[in-house]
Amino acid sequence: MNRWLESVEPLVYESRIKVPYTWSVGETGSRFLIELRDRKKIFGTRCSKCDIVYLPPRKNCSRCFSNLGEWVELGLRGTLITFTVVHYESPAMPIKPPFAYGIILLDGASTGLVHFLGEVNIEKIKPAMRVEAIFKDERIGDILDIRYFRPLQ
Amino acid sequence: MVRIMEKIAIVGIGMTKQERRKEAETFSDMVFEAVTRALEDAGMTIKDIDNIVTGCNDFWDGRTISSMAVGDASGACDKNISCVEGDGTFVAFYGMTRILSKSYRTTLVTAHSKGSESVSSLITNAMFDPIYTRPLGLDAITSSALQARRYMDKYGITEEQCAMVSVKNHGNAKNNPYSQLPMDISVDDVMHSRMLADPIKLLDTSPITDGACAIILAKEETAECFSNHPIWIKGVGFCADAYHLGDRDLAECKSLERAAQTAYRMAGIENPLKEIDVAEVYDAFSYQELMWAEGLSFCEKGGGGRLTESGKTKMGGSMPINPSGGCLSAHAVIAAGLIRMAEAALQVRGEAGDRQVEGVKTALAHGVNGPCGQSHCVWILEK
Repeated sequence: MNRWLESVEPLVYESRIKVPYTWSVGETGSRFLIELRDRKKIFGTRCSKCDIVYLPPRKNCSRCFSNLGEWVELGLRGTLITFTVVHYESPAMPIKPPFAYGIILLDGASTGLVHFLGEVNIEKIKPAMRVEAIFKDERIGDILDIRYFRPLQ
Repeated sequence: MVRIMEKIAIVGIGMTKQERRKEAETFSDMVFEAVTRALEDAGMTIKDIDNIVTGCNDFWDGRTISSMAVGDASGACDKNISCVEGDGTFVAFYGMTRILSKSYRTTLVTAHSKGSESVSSLITNAMFDPIYTRPLGLDAITSSALQARRYMDKYGITEEQCAMVSVKNHGNAKNNPYSQLPMDISVDDVMHSRMLADPIKLLDTSPITDGACAIILAKEETAECFSNHPIWIKGVGFCADAYHLGDRDLAECKSLERAAQTAYRMAGIENPLKEIDVAEVYDAFSYQELMWAEGLSFCEKGGGGRLTESGKTKMGGSMPINPSGGCLSAHAVIAAGLIRMAEAALQVRGEAGDRQVEGVKTALAHGVNGPCGQSHCVWILEK
């Protein structure tokens, strides 16, 4: 660092980029979220060629590129594939630590859903645990209409 | 599948010191420093550069079309400049293909980021889709923790085995004047460091870093005019996996296996552990060095822990990994993969100073783009 800079305080310019977005959820996403909101049901889309059910649902198969039109109602229960217990805070997180994330393979789905784990002893979470979706009472058509997944009682 | 139709070499290498916060330099100042060093190293002037590909990311830089912001710093005026918004290994890939197109003799490849200037968790949270995943607050650390847990459960990898990687790499960084965190630590130190997201602890995690790197690629005839130590690209592979985390078995890295096999086939490598002398791999978290070693076929599936315990990957072992200290010791996002390439090239040249591995003829450099190793790029470099 040159000598001049050693004798002065380096200037820092503080600012932020605040840009609002209004993303269209689209036909596929809307149907999925509306089912969460209105009927507390979880749907995926199925590729009949690959025999894969995608959750969250997709418009096209990522393997064979087919257009996906078949909607499949999935169970509200599933198996925990992996998890983590979070111990740090970040402005990105909607809740404070400690809390747990999991990837859940819902019965009938071929792909896992990332979500929160709740009503759970964070010391006792194990992969392959059976869990079920718990919905919020007030739902708006949002992935967080599912409050969390909790271990089957 | 890409086949390299002609010989292309790395003829110039330049990098800045990687630091927690560079107060004297803006991100374009860092690029100017790296480019100046690379030109000096190549014995070239900016006039010898036919085109530029910059590695930069709008979100990390806080300005869109971030390549424009480093245009002056990379001598882009009146030239063709493009941008790859991703890891340096991918930026170099594009730079190489521009020479293969026969439109250019030389490409200047740059890569930079200043992690100090923003909030990493917010930036990495933004790589996830805004409807299904971003609202959960997932970021690079928590998503990687999901992968680490899955990998450890499936293959019986232990936290102690991962900790050994951190001990090794921070120790290696003591030999690297460019690295941010040279440290003498023990497995115990790592195991007792602050838990971030189980099983990832503070000392299992790469730091926040400011840094830039530049390399100059040249076609064969041009390389031979300028450089008395061209480092040849013998093989390269690049492959992407699914985007959604839940679409993959996170304990596997099929895209790395494919990228590695492509690179090995091109380079005529059949036994990587025997035929490669040193590897610089993208260890953003300690468990990743184990997983990527498996994907690179340095050991069998699930054998990453045993490989680390064997000592083969230490300095002095039969396959030293990350003599530079790796990403665990310094992690300027975007730049990190290009720095892996630069470090691997220095090893082949025999110019790696205190971190030099003896008798290197063939080196491997590896980079990752996307969460949990979604996409991988593998380079094989030789004298």
